[in-house]
Amino acid sequence: MPSHPDHRGFEIVAREDFSDVTYLLEVHHPQMAKAARAGQFVIVMLHEHGERIPLTIADFDRQKGTITLVIQAVGKTTREMQQVCRVGTHLLALTGPMGEPSHIGGQRHVVCVGGGLGVAPIFPQARAYKESGATVVAVVGFRSKDLVFWEDKFRACCDEVIVCTDDGSAGLKGNVTTGLRQALDADPEIDEVVAIGPPVMMKACAEVTRPRNIKTVVSLNPIMVDGTGMCGGCRVKIGTGIKFACVDGPDFDAHQVDFDDLMVRLKRFSETEKAALARWEEGCRLGTAQPAGK
Amino acid sequence: MAKRKTIRTIPRERAEVGEQDPQARIRNFDEVTLRFTPEQARHEADRCIECPRPACTPGCPVGVDVKGFIMKLSAGDLRGAYEVITETNLLPAVCGRVCPQENQCEGACVVGNQFAPVAIGRLERFVGDTAIANGWSSIPYIEPSGFRIGIVGSGPAGMACAADMAKAGCDVTVYEAFHVPGGVLRYGIPDFRLPNTVIDAEIANLEKLGVKFECNTLVGRLFTIEQMIEEMGFHAVFIGTGAGYPSFLGIPGDNLNGVLSANELLTRCNMMKAKDGGFDTPLPIGARVAVIGAGNTAMDAMRVCRRLGAEQVHCIYRRSRAEAPARVEEVHHAEQEGIDFHWLTAPVEILDDGKGGVRGMRCIRMELGEPDASGRRRPVVVKGSEYEFDCDLVVVAIGTNANPIIGQTSKIKLDKRGYIATDDDLATSLAGVYAGGDIVTGAATVIQAMGAGRKAARGMKRYLGLRDTETVYGPATAPEATLFGLDPAEHNFVRVRTA
Repeated sequence: MPSHPDHRGFEIVAREDFSDVTYLLEVHHPQMAKAARAGQFVIVMLHEHGERIPLTIADFDRQKGTITLVIQAVGKTTREMQQVCRVGTHLLALTGPMGEPSHIGGQRHVVCVGGGLGVAPIFPQARAYKESGATVVAVVGFRSKDLVFWEDKFRACCDEVIVCTDDGSAGLKGNVTTGLRQALDADPEIDEVVAIGPPVMMKACAEVTRPRNIKTVVSLNPIMVDGTGMCGGCRVKIGTGIKFACVDGPDFDAHQVDFDDLMVRLKRFSETEKAALARWEEGCRLGTAQPAGK
Repeated sequence: MAKRKTIRTIPRERAEVGEQDPQARIRNFDEVTLRFTPEQARHEADRCIECPRPACTPGCPVGVDVKGFIMKLSAGDLRGAYEVITETNLLPAVCGRVCPQENQCEGACVVGNQFAPVAIGRLERFVGDTAIANGWSSIPYIEPSGFRIGIVGSGPAGMACAADMAKAGCDVTVYEAFHVPGGVLRYGIPDFRLPNTVIDAEIANLEKLGVKFECNTLVGRLFTIEQMIEEMGFHAVFIGTGAGYPSFLGIPGDNLNGVLSANELLTRCNMMKAKDGGFDTPLPIGARVAVIGAGNTAMDAMRVCRRLGAEQVHCIYRRSRAEAPARVEEVHHAEQEGIDFHWLTAPVEILDDGKGGVRGMRCIRMELGEPDASGRRRPVVVKGSEYEFDCDLVVVAIGTNANPIIGQTSKIKLDKRGYIATDDDLATSLAGVYAGGDIVTGAATVIQAMGAGRKAARGMKRYLGLRDTETVYGPATAPEATLFGLDPAEHNFVRVRTA
């Protein structure tokens, strides 16, 4: 079934490992690189037996015709990709760019906050805000110094970069809300904050800016299947109604988001996920892991 | 000359067709209705009284020459029967299975006035399956026309339009957002009603016609409809992206972890094959399942849950069995498989198990009041008739809304409900862009989507100033204008029989 001119799939042209759990894949897809805009994501399938997982577009190079994904090895699929994806191997499916692009333009002072894995998806937004003429402060948080990545990329396109680490081994000690408060106190004219990361982090940032009445945008990461608005699995409570993160989002007004509901919905398949991970790791140990899609 | 067949000389009863026993079939995904044997097919074909002016063909949204193919069948010319069908319908093995024949061709069949109508659907399926088994394909000689056509969506509407434009000599590319083509045929309809092997075979026929399929392509986001016309060199485009934006109940507990749309359940189970071992997509399996709704999608969802091991499956529908939108045959199959039907019942609240999951449902009895705008009698609540029952999974199958992507990413005009606005030829507000199927009408049936695909193809050919081929061959077997007013003079392909 010809799924793509080169129907082996989409070729990986570069890989980088930031830590034992976080890795970068650069994938060849000229049309996607041309169409991608900050705030959008893709849905990836590793092989015929794989599941469809959403991943934010962390960067794109329109000349080289590639997009960049930064992935955290958490469940079975992201672990298997960490093991299998090398330069020269292929992803069976890479669909998108999905979701509404972030509404960037007209803001004057912006703080972009990236927590843990959220550092990667916040980068294209920070760059886009800069290109649109806003002054940009980036606040990027990690657990410790050796997990920090892309600090140079942020410094290249932001007016100020505040690094936070939970253990204080680099930059400010504490999580990103400490950095966010410092940025807000230092510049009262901040007119927009963007926060991307685990829901609990985005919720914390929303509570920092709510009393200060600063417009805050978050990018939500619910479980998805098709990513085209067809199944409703990714529905989130926004204000009094429900929205689908895949076509109505993934960006939403942080002060309208019901984060507790989102955090519960993210646990829909926690048992099956644990079992799948255990089975897969068992398979690896016995050297009988599933044949990944070559 | 064979003696004239009349209502008195034909066999009265339908040919007895085998069905898997309900107790057996709730443990597998194999087809429920078994295939006709040649004898059963011959018996059923003999029941057609070959009316001078058939009422069945106008009842078919794509105008299949029913009398024509049945006469070939009873004369033993199966290949000829296949040629007759595929002149207007390239997917006989699909339509023979999923069409609501009882209110189309079979509904209009004259034999039906006294006995059971001729089982046209099963005969069409028999011919389609025989063609797949023998690898037949009816590829007419095609004079390349030099026009490039883009089809958005590889479901029934897109496939029917692709077939007609390819037969008219166009270079056709079908774009599909998923990693496999087929649309609702693939993700929606389970294997026990429409096996994947049948879809693959029918798509292979399209590929033999020269149609190219490009999967993993989300039109609107990867490139827009306007770009297809202005930058990618397509002379005309057809949009058949389907409805696919499910409605939810809007009652307390609607967002709990055990509540999902039928689209999500069926996509996980059918397309992502989560039911088969060794596939990574998680699948919610309930012991006691409640399905809200009584359309074909609801029936599929119930019967899938039954096969996934649910001990109890409840159907909650606010009107009565007579008003259920699903095909009677599917309601009957569901009843045989032990689905517990709560007719005239509406959901009030989904009860939380305290951990974000579902522990049960509270419902209320209804009774039918005055007819509403659509003519169906409006259900009215019966005060004080609330009751609860335990369940751990709730599947919502109460219809879908327009998929928003095309509307969000192009200047195409939409109607007030968000569907694409079209004129009688299914032309949209963008020049050279046509649309059909659920994205225009809202959720309807596979065959109506195919009828719309063919109707749009006729409009596109006139827009391109394209006549199918210069020479006109073949007997004037064309049927009168059908439900969709297809132009009878359209059948003028040069036909070359291939192996």
